[in-house]
Amino acid sequence: MSDIEPVEHQPEIRRLDPVLEPGYTYASVTDKIAAVVLTRPPSMGWIAGFSVSFCLVMVLFVSLAWLITKGVGIWGINIPIGWGFAIVNFVWWIGIGHAGTLISAILFLLNQKWRTSINRFAEAMTLFAVACAGIFPLIHTGRPWMAYYMMPYPSTMGIWPQFRSPLIWDVFAVSTYATVSLMFWFVGLLPDLATLRDRAKNRTQQVIYGIFSMGWRGSAHHWHRYQSAYLLLAGLATPLVLSVHTVVSFDFAVAIVPGWHTTIFPPYFVAGAIYSGFAMVLTLAIPLRKAYGLEDFITMRHLDNMAKVMLATGMIVAYGYAIEFFMAFYSGNKFDVFLAEQRLHGPYSHFYFALILCNILTPQLLWIEKVRRNVAALFVMSLVVNTGMWLERFVIVVISLTRDYMPSAWGRYSATFWDYSTFAGTIGLFVMLIFLFVRALPAIAIAEMRELVLEQSESREEKP
Amino acid sequence: MTEPRQDIYGLMGEFVSPEEILHAASEARKAGFKYISAYSPFPVEGLAHAIGFPKTGVPRITLLGGLLGCLGGFGLQYWCSAITYPINVAGRPLNSWPAFIPVTFEMTILGAATSAVIGMLALNLLPQPYHPVFNVERFARATTDRFFLVIESRDPKFHLAETARFLQSVHAHHVHEVSNAE
Repeated sequence: MSDIEPVEHQPEIRRLDPVLEPGYTYASVTDKIAAVVLTRPPSMGWIAGFSVSFCLVMVLFVSLAWLITKGVGIWGINIPIGWGFAIVNFVWWIGIGHAGTLISAILFLLNQKWRTSINRFAEAMTLFAVACAGIFPLIHTGRPWMAYYMMPYPSTMGIWPQFRSPLIWDVFAVSTYATVSLMFWFVGLLPDLATLRDRAKNRTQQVIYGIFSMGWRGSAHHWHRYQSAYLLLAGLATPLVLSVHTVVSFDFAVAIVPGWHTTIFPPYFVAGAIYSGFAMVLTLAIPLRKAYGLEDFITMRHLDNMAKVMLATGMIVAYGYAIEFFMAFYSGNKFDVFLAEQRLHGPYSHFYFALILCNILTPQLLWIEKVRRNVAALFVMSLVVNTGMWLERFVIVVISLTRDYMPSAWGRYSATFWDYSTFAGTIGLFVMLIFLFVRALPAIAIAEMRELVLEQSESREEKP
Repeated sequence: MTEPRQDIYGLMGEFVSPEEILHAASEARKAGFKYISAYSPFPVEGLAHAIGFPKTGVPRITLLGGLLGCLGGFGLQYWCSAITYPINVAGRPLNSWPAFIPVTFEMTILGAATSAVIGMLALNLLPQPYHPVFNVERFARATTDRFFLVIESRDPKFHLAETARFLQSVHAHHVHEVSNAE
């Protein structure tokens, strides 16, 4: 690497940024990542961020307490708009929760090396997003303490869930997804927990990491079974991640409401989920690498690749919007045509145009390499896409429900203070869990980074 | 052959690179040792094979778990909808199997994934908080940047001095005695 070649002999191919900056050893990657957890005192920024998010969690608790006291009437929902913010937020959060498993499982199977330094916190993000998502359908039932009715259990009433309903499929899909994501995350963490146990500076840390690392000692027998299990989990999680948002889209597509009853929903929901998930990974990765000086591990290559995935999935989403319009007019179904017109000219048209601006027009800037390499621009872009994806769910849920078949069943929807406070509260919960996570667990998979160090040194040796 | 010493679990050689431990492990196998284990901070390709561990039971357990989840998931829905709580909706079939596919699919994945994880942990005998190798102080680096080869004292070819010499001959940087005492 160190020998300087004359410029004219440089290959014509554009050089990619490395997935790991050169010069690291097994020990130095370990030191750098473990130090964030074990030795560094919390910074002022961390304390400030944690405090703000903690306050928002208190807002969430107050909102939930008030909801349980008064009932769902404190929200803006009414008849016919029975699905308001709760379902919008549920779909939004669960969509965000898709990128983690996509990065961990699908990119693992495709042998994409750049996944290594982002998979750990993307998986954590998935878990926290799914936790936030899970709150909404639960509280939307109105009597969350009866939510266990949705599970099949031998009750004294002798009744069983309706397995032909997409809402029950959703219960199984989301809970399976949460469980499998948690296991996948834990299996990935196991060797790193052992690393932390062996490097822990005090007794408390040793005991806690010792318990969770389960006595992992990196034996070749262990690794062999571990790799086999990890590969299998990746293979199982891949169809799972695609199925979850498909099932969520069935909640809509199986209903006969205009604007919901379309076959494009499953693929377009999955693409939208990946789109918003990658946007959220960028939203988290950019401040994280800056705050903890991890620019050598989360390099421009990662940001560039994530921006490209965002652009690609954004185009699929744009295609979904186009097909919705095309099918409405092509089918000639007057209710579908009417709904399409309502999106453009109805009382909520400003939401629709904001959605087009956020999700389709702005991300086109990502075609420009300069934008993809501008960290600040990417950060703003990721926030824009997340806003856009939230608007998309709002458009789908609210516009369709306000314009049903019968004009007598038309209505209007506006969110109340408690709708906003609950939503803000879950954002606080999500951010707070992320803050706790980066202090308590290695945000980058250390054992996998060591493999990357090995590969880097091997590829260097192979060069003449 | 010497009498196995009860207080010694084995001898541990320390290495600094995956190539070194691979070489040492295959040499140990060639020398006729049977009770060998190797430790590394990340999976080293071929190391399990080098110490004589070609196959794992994890895939089979996963398949079994997946099948169980699949049959259990479908069976649950069939039993609920067709046997114990049949509701006649305009004469539609009670066993409406296409509607049961999503839950069957999710249960298959759940069963397979859970058994992959639990199977992996169980076969690895984890959780196992204590193991004699932890008695060696430098073994803490097995989770950072060092590679260790252990030849256990129950091996019929084990001899404290000779095995130590063997480990040195395969370029172990240090040789540690692994004591059995807790």
